[in-house]
Amino acid sequence: MSEIKIHTKNLDLYYGDVYALKKVGMDIYRHNVTALIGPSGCGKSTYLKTLNRMNDTVAGVKITGDVFLDGEDVYGKGVDVTILRKKIGMVFQSPNPFPMSIYDNVTYGPRMHGVKKRIVLDEIVEKSLQDAAIWDEVKDRLKKPALSLSGGQQQRLCIARALATQPEVLLMDEPTSALDPISTTKIEELVSQLKRKYSIVIVTHNMQQAARISDYTAFFLLGELIENKKTQAIFSAPKDSRTEDYITGRFG
Amino acid sequence: MVDVLANNRKITDKKNRPFEKIFYSAIFIVAGLVLAMVIYFIAVILIRGLPAVTWSFLTTAPNPIKKTIGIFPSIVNTLYIIVFTLIICVPIGVGGAIYLNEYAKNKKFVRVIEFATETLSGIPSILYGVFGYVVFCLMFGLKVSLLAGIFTLTIMVLPIMIRTSQEALRSVPKSYREGALGMGATKWYMVRTILLPSSLGGILTGIILSIGRMVSESAALLLVAGGSAMYMPKGSILDQLSGSGSTLSVELYRYAYSRGDNQTAFGIAAVLIIIVILLNLLTRYIAERLNKK
Repeated sequence: MSEIKIHTKNLDLYYGDVYALKKVGMDIYRHNVTALIGPSGCGKSTYLKTLNRMNDTVAGVKITGDVFLDGEDVYGKGVDVTILRKKIGMVFQSPNPFPMSIYDNVTYGPRMHGVKKRIVLDEIVEKSLQDAAIWDEVKDRLKKPALSLSGGQQQRLCIARALATQPEVLLMDEPTSALDPISTTKIEELVSQLKRKYSIVIVTHNMQQAARISDYTAFFLLGELIENKKTQAIFSAPKDSRTEDYITGRFG
Repeated sequence: MVDVLANNRKITDKKNRPFEKIFYSAIFIVAGLVLAMVIYFIAVILIRGLPAVTWSFLTTAPNPIKKTIGIFPSIVNTLYIIVFTLIICVPIGVGGAIYLNEYAKNKKFVRVIEFATETLSGIPSILYGVFGYVVFCLMFGLKVSLLAGIFTLTIMVLPIMIRTSQEALRSVPKSYREGALGMGATKWYMVRTILLPSSLGGILTGIILSIGRMVSESAALLLVAGGSAMYMPKGSILDQLSGSGSTLSVELYRYAYSRGDNQTAFGIAAVLIIIVILLNLLTRYIAERLNKK
């Protein structure tokens, strides 16, 4: 068993009157890929966003329960979300590069956290773009607008941008749902590479994707965590009949 | 089976669609009319006005003894009023819009403010004139002065500035905000680095609209800033602004109405149009420079 990176316990979340997460308790292991699956509206994205407190920005959210990152209480007193989100990077469903150059996109995070030296920034840009497997495609046009890239390239740029702040955890919210099969394959390969350095949590609608790239799979239904196990185990021998129904395509 | 949907026509059997043609022509004619009107309008003003625009017309003050006409003081007053009003009103307007859009938690409060700004931007300007006269000229003791004019115009164009800036901020995709916040950006950092640069175009539109409103103002300014065509600002900035003087629109109104001097009125109109065009180009240029940085 690997080391626990994030530990959640009794996590309850309300959007106004809607009970969106019900007593979710699960562990996320270091240097593993954890896939969150489940039908739309089951709470998997909501759960993901509680980990880096992105739900804080939504009006009317109430969260109780515990989230620990390396034993530190994420919702504790005196937590600086800036530092939290530097440690826990995020990649969104549709690619969202900023309307600036490729270079400026990657340096956005480091600059914000106080890196000023040009040489250091250049180094971060090259390394992040290499880690995101897009360096070769963009190295000659770093000053070009990021929005001129294709959708798949934009998403890898967003991954590079997230890596540039040197996070420990990477949250990915359906990162390939807006992409074509070739770009999807590239990102899946990338995820398998990245888990050597990062702990990755990925929300996906694609069961094959979860089976292909994840080490652990958690199945959510109506705000509840139904099952969280090694991916192989969950796909070959699901314990709960609802899990089985979902992964065999009987609903969802 | 519905007859008209039966596939008994070839795709080359072109159907006559008279309504399409009529609507197309109507739209074409309307668009042409609008264009023609604008061109005609500007042409008439320039053709009738430009002969009056001489070097001394532009660079001297009117001289009743020599009976010469000059609009230099009014040009200076107009530019002063525009520039200083913008200096006050752009930061407040954009700042207010940022607060309403990004920070204000109480949606009811935001709606009340939005309703208020909408109402204010539809009020006849002479009401601002009366308000400015009572509050700035009398209560604050600014007397009838350029400064009172600047403050009056500020509250007059502030609603425009706020509304257009809000629209501009709203058009920035939510995903940009999420992207920045997700990397740990504070709200203000996100506003500064993502929102403001992305909404510059919209804010610019607000500035241009505001300039338009200021330039076209005559009645309210006659009341609070005065109608002296001979006032030449002198001394320190504060001294200059505490004098009273007329802007081009005020002069235009007086030449056309009280004096019946249409030649001069058209001359001023021509100068006014050229100033507005130049200011709009300048605003665009500045915004582009800022955007490149």
